[in-house]
Amino acid sequence: MRVSIDTDVCIGAGQCVLTAPGVFTQDDDGFSELLPGRQEGVEDPMLREAARACPVQAITVATE
Amino acid sequence: MAQATPFPQDRTCPYHPPTGYRPLSEQGPLNRVTLYDDSEAWLVTGHAEAQALLTDPRLSADRQNPAFPLLARRFELSRREPLALLGVDDPLHNKQRRTLIPTFGVKQVAAMRPGIQRVVDELLDAVLAQGPPAELVAAFALPVPSIVICELLGVPYADHDFFEEASRRILRGATAEDSEAGRLELMDYLGDLVDRKAKAAGGHPGRDATPEGVLDELVRDRLGDGTLDRDELVRLALILLIAGHETTANMISLGTFTLLEHPDQLAALRADPERTRDAVEELLRFLSIADGLVRVATEDIEVAGRTIRADDGVILSAATVNRDTTVYPGADDLDVRRNARHHLAFGFGIHQCLGQNLARAELEIALHSLLARIPDLRLAVPADEIRMKPGDTIQGLVELPVTWGRG
Repeated sequence: MRVSIDTDVCIGAGQCVLTAPGVFTQDDDGFSELLPGRQEGVEDPMLREAARACPVQAITVATE
Repeated sequence: MAQATPFPQDRTCPYHPPTGYRPLSEQGPLNRVTLYDDSEAWLVTGHAEAQALLTDPRLSADRQNPAFPLLARRFELSRREPLALLGVDDPLHNKQRRTLIPTFGVKQVAAMRPGIQRVVDELLDAVLAQGPPAELVAAFALPVPSIVICELLGVPYADHDFFEEASRRILRGATAEDSEAGRLELMDYLGDLVDRKAKAAGGHPGRDATPEGVLDELVRDRLGDGTLDRDELVRLALILLIAGHETTANMISLGTFTLLEHPDQLAALRADPERTRDAVEELLRFLSIADGLVRVATEDIEVAGRTIRADDGVILSAATVNRDTTVYPGADDLDVRRNARHHLAFGFGIHQCLGQNLARAELEIALHSLLARIPDLRLAVPADEIRMKPGDTIQGLVELPVTWGRG
């Protein structure tokens, strides 16, 4: 899977970090970002759940 | 045609949505309801429809729009001034929220946990020293979030009787005048606090020094560079202070009561305290204390085969949405082992609760520590004597008399 975050849309709710802590984190300003090396080839079962949990649909998950 | 169902209604059981809403969700995800002034609005009770609408930019949160529906007469004077964050639309909302996102980030909240634990421990020390019995709202549920938000913002906790009473009047005052007077008193108080902080930032704190907190940062950085003006900053402080203590206090008291009333669930949680995080999520879903997320349509919107017209009021019943059995099988049962994800207790869309991670941390620490320190906690009065708050405000308990040991 290929993951991307639209940081202009992100409101820092942290739902992605809560749902898939193996993929997402937050930067020092509280905005979501991907953990290092987690842009591509991500096989986390919680990834789609995290995208669904995002209140502003800032996360895109695409099949590679 | 029959009169539409009234909204809001009082709960008959503190932890279940009003029984009067049940026919609505059985009729479909979108229904007409009658408000206190006989006007009508849409009530959304379906989970998918609520999520879709809360992310729809054609729904506005602008409380100054004359078509914005009010849930009680006491809010009739609340249109006079904008309500920061939750009562404004983008782009203003986005500007205000972005100012505060760093404060409530996941890492920032994780760093607050030891401080929250200290507050909880000290309050429980006092409860144990003075009891049994105890009245848990005043002794624990309210002071935990109240102290935490004061320390975070830089508001003197010594003033808590004043701001808790002002918040109560705003949310549950007898009349619109009372509610508005409470708001004005709190605005004056916070305006004075911000002015004292601005003086301190200018190097002249004098005898007016206040505790250092996020408000000081906002004064220095945002008033300083002109991205916020004083009144906007004071309006933000008002929302942060009220939302920071009132909601979490209700969740602690009602969450404790609900667990005591579900001994099997309480036992499951006691047997595995690692489950506290899931239990908190389930309690958030199950209790949905902030029912009635209110919006107004700015354009026509087609939903579930119905048409919401421009200027129609739209109310999303979080308590009913979170009991949607297509998302949560056996939704009316409390189940701390359940996956309660995707509940709307914190809302959804751009206005989803800014302080949700702080609230989760407070609830986890407060409930875990309370159950660990007082293993035989129980109600001191019959459950049906516990008084709850009326249906037209944030749900919670007025008092929670408890006892333990031989008390």
